Amino acid sequence: MTITEYFQLLFTDYTLRTITLGTAVLGAICGMLGSFAVLRKQSLLGDAISHAALPGIALAFLITGAKDTNVLLLGALVSGLIGTFWIRGITKKTHLKSDTALGLILSLFFGFGMLLLTFIQKQPNANQAGLDKYLFGQAATLVEKDVTLMVIVTGISLVILLLFWKEFKILLFDADYTKTLGFNTQFIDILITFFIVLAIVLGLQTVGVVLMSAMLLAPAAAARQWTNSLGVMVFLAAIFGAFSGVVGTAISASENNLSTGPVIVLVATVFVLVSFIFSPGRGLLFREIRFRSNRRDLQLKKTLQFMYSIAKNHQNISHPHAIKILNNFHGFTKKSLKELEEKQWITLEGQQWSLTQHGYEEAQSLYTQKPNHD
Amino acid sequence: MKKKFAVQVDDLTVAYNYKPVLWDIDLEVPEGVLMAIVGPNGAGKSTLIKSILGIIKPIAGSVTILGKPYEKQRKLVAYVPQKGSVDWDFPTTAIDVVMMGTYGSLGWIKRPGQKEKKASLEALEKVGMLSFKNRQISQLSGGQQQRVFLARALVQNASIYFMDEPFQGVDATTEIAIINILKELRKAGKTLVVVHHDLQTVPEYFDWVTFLNVKKIAAGPVKEIFNDDNLTKTYGINYKVAINK
Repeated sequence: MTITEYFQLLFTDYTLRTITLGTAVLGAICGMLGSFAVLRKQSLLGDAISHAALPGIALAFLITGAKDTNVLLLGALVSGLIGTFWIRGITKKTHLKSDTALGLILSLFFGFGMLLLTFIQKQPNANQAGLDKYLFGQAATLVEKDVTLMVIVTGISLVILLLFWKEFKILLFDADYTKTLGFNTQFIDILITFFIVLAIVLGLQTVGVVLMSAMLLAPAAAARQWTNSLGVMVFLAAIFGAFSGVVGTAISASENNLSTGPVIVLVATVFVLVSFIFSPGRGLLFREIRFRSNRRDLQLKKTLQFMYSIAKNHQNISHPHAIKILNNFHGFTKKSLKELEEKQWITLEGQQWSLTQHGYEEAQSLYTQKPNHD
Repeated sequence: MKKKFAVQVDDLTVAYNYKPVLWDIDLEVPEGVLMAIVGPNGAGKSTLIKSILGIIKPIAGSVTILGKPYEKQRKLVAYVPQKGSVDWDFPTTAIDVVMMGTYGSLGWIKRPGQKEKKASLEALEKVGMLSFKNRQISQLSGGQQQRVFLARALVQNASIYFMDEPFQGVDATTEIAIINILKELRKAGKTLVVVHHDLQTVPEYFDWVTFLNVKKIAAGPVKEIFNDDNLTKTYGINYKVAINK
């Protein structure tokens, strides 16, 4: 199947449509909530939570003996939440830093989860096969029921986000201050963390425990590059996430046997890469261009300054001078003289230059320019 | 009749890791004073403000604001945190930060409207930052960021202001602008409690002072207690400062 075939099939093939819709919605909710994780500098929290969800999946299976997705995800949610609160507890009660707490909980829960998975594999229960798909995810297993759940959860988190927008924003920016205004910061904190955990759990079936955090972070990191507004950032992150989902699914469906989760994550990472380089405000490329144009501009002005210092000693400011006398002064080239002429700061005639009235005023205003005040 | 103080702190004790940071502080701040809290690094100046505001939980002690427990008086209190306590790369603008000052009176869920926006613009104008209202906050200089923080507290329209080193890292122009605003607030009958580092300017800026070094060393009018004796007790060395008499 080629990509074009894929998009044709999208409208006719039920399975493909379900999977695509699922990955798109997943990308959107992850991008949306991931923005908050990134801005709270809790990027690694997502990684810890998704790993912490694994034993929950295994235990849910052991208890119920069935492989119902919703039940398994409920188990994941519970153990993900337990992991999250343990991390918070450790950082609060001990003097360990949060990265230590994250690492501890991540490996503890993941280790325990793997142990349970191997234990389950040795069981005679025929149902056991396929639980390990939660490690790397398998979008192909998405059915309508799963997608409906995703849509509902995304809808709820969107409503919560809009309702508590102001509270989330101020908590993210200045938690101490929020407390002094009389808001229950712990409640806001738990609310946002709960929805982040929820988004992660939703993605386990599609993207898997190991790569889930990238789903959360990549769209948000990319979106941050393009805007200085929180609202736009969250919106863009949702769009980037959804796009990564759709494009990732398209690529993996058109190339046989490519697993969807990793492809989606790679597409999301491409978004990050492109944003890092090409975004106008913060991107590397434009920063370099700005830097160079600034430097050239400064050099021109330096030359103009020098000309001014010569010209101002003459009654007629446009009195011509030999280009040669500029030789003492480094930093001019034929090109830069041309540019000065184009700006109509000087006129060139043969081997002589003369300052124009415009150039004279420009140079003067360089001197009298007010310092950029604090 | 018991006199009502703007801020009254009783037996306040705060400890990190079992090490006391503030020890048995009793403090009474009369209404309408502009008070400096001075003391060496690690004396617990910021901690004192933070525990009065309930940001840090003390192990003992109580705080009343204008005669009532702080929790009931939050609306009367505004706070200017240390500039370095937040991430200025946060995606938001100056006016947006100032608007956060209105969130407390708005309460949960309700969004700021025209009224709040107008108040915020006025506050920005008061600190001379109106023309920067739509500027991304990371593109503001240190002094401008401090002014935005001050505007955010102004918009709360409080009776008592707590400020944590508002002069830290600002240039002379901004320092003068800020102190003028503080003095104006005092003239309007507000009470201001300011963590301050520059001992030279205490007599010029403030009319009340608290010396703090884990314990309270002294508190009272600058004219009476800002002397070598108390400075030596607080800083442990004979700290000579020029006192403008």
